[in-house]
Amino acid sequence: MLSRTADHLYWMSRYTERAENTARMLDVNYNTALMPQSQEAAVLGWQGLLSISELLPSYKAKYGEIVAKDVMEFMLSDESNPSSIISCLRSARENARAVRGSLTTEVWETQNQTWLEIQKMIKKVEFKRDPGKLFEWVKFRSHLFRGVTVGTMLMDEALHFMRLSTFLERADNTARLVDVKFHGLHNEFFGGNSIDQEYDFYHWSSILRSVSGFEIYRKVYRDIIRPERVAELLILRPDMPRSLHASLNEVVSNLSMVANEHSAGTQRRAGKLLSELQYGSINEILANGLHAFLTQFLDRVNEIGFNISKDFLVPSQ
Amino acid sequence: MQPFDEMYSRLPYEDKALRPQYGPYKQWLDAQTMSQMQSHQEEAEVIFRRVGITFAVYGDKDEGGAGTERLIPFDLLPRIITHHEWTNMQKGLVQRVTALNRFIHDVYHDQEILKAGIVPTEQVTQNPQFRAEMVGIDVPHQVYSQISGIDIIRAANEKGEGEYYVLEDNLRVPSGVSYMLEDRKMMMRLFPELFSTYQVAPVAHYPDLLLETLRTCSPGTTDEPTVVVLTPGMYNSAYFEHAFLAQQMGIELVEGQDLFVKDRFVYMRTTQGPKRVDVIYRRVDDDFLDPLAFRADSSLGCAGLIDVYRAGNVTICNAVGTGIADDKSIYPYVPKMIEFYLGEKPILKNVPTNICRNPEDLKYTLANLKDLVVKEVHGAGGYGMLVGPAASKAEIEEFRHALIKNPSGYISQPTLSLSSCPTFVKEGIAPRHIDLRPFVLSGKTVQMVPGGLTRVALKEGSLVVNSSQGGGTKDTWILEV
Repeated sequence: MLSRTADHLYWMSRYTERAENTARMLDVNYNTALMPQSQEAAVLGWQGLLSISELLPSYKAKYGEIVAKDVMEFMLSDESNPSSIISCLRSARENARAVRGSLTTEVWETQNQTWLEIQKMIKKVEFKRDPGKLFEWVKFRSHLFRGVTVGTMLMDEALHFMRLSTFLERADNTARLVDVKFHGLHNEFFGGNSIDQEYDFYHWSSILRSVSGFEIYRKVYRDIIRPERVAELLILRPDMPRSLHASLNEVVSNLSMVANEHSAGTQRRAGKLLSELQYGSINEILANGLHAFLTQFLDRVNEIGFNISKDFLVPSQ
Repeated sequence: MQPFDEMYSRLPYEDKALRPQYGPYKQWLDAQTMSQMQSHQEEAEVIFRRVGITFAVYGDKDEGGAGTERLIPFDLLPRIITHHEWTNMQKGLVQRVTALNRFIHDVYHDQEILKAGIVPTEQVTQNPQFRAEMVGIDVPHQVYSQISGIDIIRAANEKGEGEYYVLEDNLRVPSGVSYMLEDRKMMMRLFPELFSTYQVAPVAHYPDLLLETLRTCSPGTTDEPTVVVLTPGMYNSAYFEHAFLAQQMGIELVEGQDLFVKDRFVYMRTTQGPKRVDVIYRRVDDDFLDPLAFRADSSLGCAGLIDVYRAGNVTICNAVGTGIADDKSIYPYVPKMIEFYLGEKPILKNVPTNICRNPEDLKYTLANLKDLVVKEVHGAGGYGMLVGPAASKAEIEEFRHALIKNPSGYISQPTLSLSSCPTFVKEGIAPRHIDLRPFVLSGKTVQMVPGGLTRVALKEGSLVVNSSQGGGTKDTWILEV
């Protein structure tokens, strides 16, 4: 396959996954904002969301104060923000259009239709009254994209690059979510004595809901919601579809399917990162500092991404 | 003079004048309400939009600064051609394209047609379309134009009968074939019942014939040639078609940046390392193919490509330099070419043409500007053209100046009224002017699918069918019996 084709496929899938994760984050924050909470907590929630994507400075430059309505607009429909849902869906579609011949008709039409419809939807006032519906829709378009990909594409390199980038993006997004939600809000929550238990429940359950993990948590642990178990679920469980472990599993297996003569180093890096998740324990991670762990994880995921580009997508010759 | 109408032998539309091949169709059409047709029209647009069958308009930008993607308007009413008419047209097309390929080979080799005085030498050698790089180069099967789009119009002759004329040959990178295929798909989807009434010759195997043609033109350095489509990229107006054809043929769609030259072979950059390319179906103009040979500022091509081509290690389809045969200044000589190379009478007629470099023709043209169509010889896409009867005084004067200044730059033709065909427009069903572009494939043999792209000028009275100027398309039915 052409390197340029692989590059477009790779970014098409990354942007689609990113749009989904942004919708998930917005949805959770929007729902949390409907709960009784202090003004300060509400602002912290929105600020956390912007920090996850490292967008706080560009938001402040444009809008100033943190206001729910503005953050929603910035993350959803602001085309000057490259990480907004509309920008992600546009990039996904542009990348798809560049390689439409390498996609099945169904995959291309799904991307194209998503782009055509989101433009119509954000022009209507309706979504402002009930943005939840729109977030749900973005999530389902992403589900549809993944389904139609797995259900119609030839199981060759093209599919493996798409899967590879989907899970690389997901690993990145879940790690950021965990980092911000744990680190940003309560610096020392594990010693936590002063924290309101009721508030805690809603905080942790909203994180779980943002990764469709609330029911999974109950099923796996049959326990009240404890932060360390939430962390374990999202980092170490191989059977939790949005966890770091599960995402890295997919990265490693898809990487091995596309391997070429330059990619051994990249495979080794990915395999090493996976094995640390396989054999890690949550107590050890927490003892050494969750934030440090996640920061390092994000660096390593980015490095894998960079190496994939170098090995496959933008070769020197 | 009344235009020839495809469906009725006289205007205005009335049943008594219906041509027989449209009989069952008219019966069916009468049973449809206008609101049904309207909703079919809307359905078609939604599907075209979703499938992304769009074209970009040069220089046009939307609010976001990206190129505008537009739909080519699709008309619901088919144009129907009888089996007999097509058989004759097909013979004429094979003959014409064969002669054109012979001509190109000749001008880049022994130039016998120039020596025989049939085409003026300076018309060829002084022509900007003549590529000195091609002199003496041999190409597989001596075929230069693998894909030829021949524009055909029908006009009423003295007896009021319709007659086909070739208006223009397109031998560089003719486009539009994807619309021929997609229009048929759409018609079968919207009106399946019509296809059980009519035996319409299928066209869907075009990509197969195209791939076969391209493969037979491989340079002979391998038995399993790697064929690619070369596109200028997704912002080109015909990008949809490039992607569509590559996908239908199951071959790579490459851009210039994907290719590189090493040791006199062309390679593409793949995820598994370099892979050799043997045949390039290029949708990039000559000028942009190779910055080392042509325009140095081109980023659309591949440096060193022409050197590989000259070494015979890659086939470029269509060949470099085919523009010498489809230039408007050469067009008037095509009937004579057919006689010269094939010793046959031309089956398809040319539109009578005044060559303004001849003093008498110039004089006649200047005296009759308001009745004539004047064309710039190197213009394309309906630009650089004066339609006398529709032009303002100022426009006519502008062309008069230009003609006097540079007579060799122009030809003129009588204003033939392109035939009309019933078309679904805002006011209902009304006649609009159409032309036809069949696509002729030349490899080891010359072949084509029965059909072509019918373009329709949607503005009332307009004779300009180009999609860049608001033209639409219709499905073209060649009847099997």
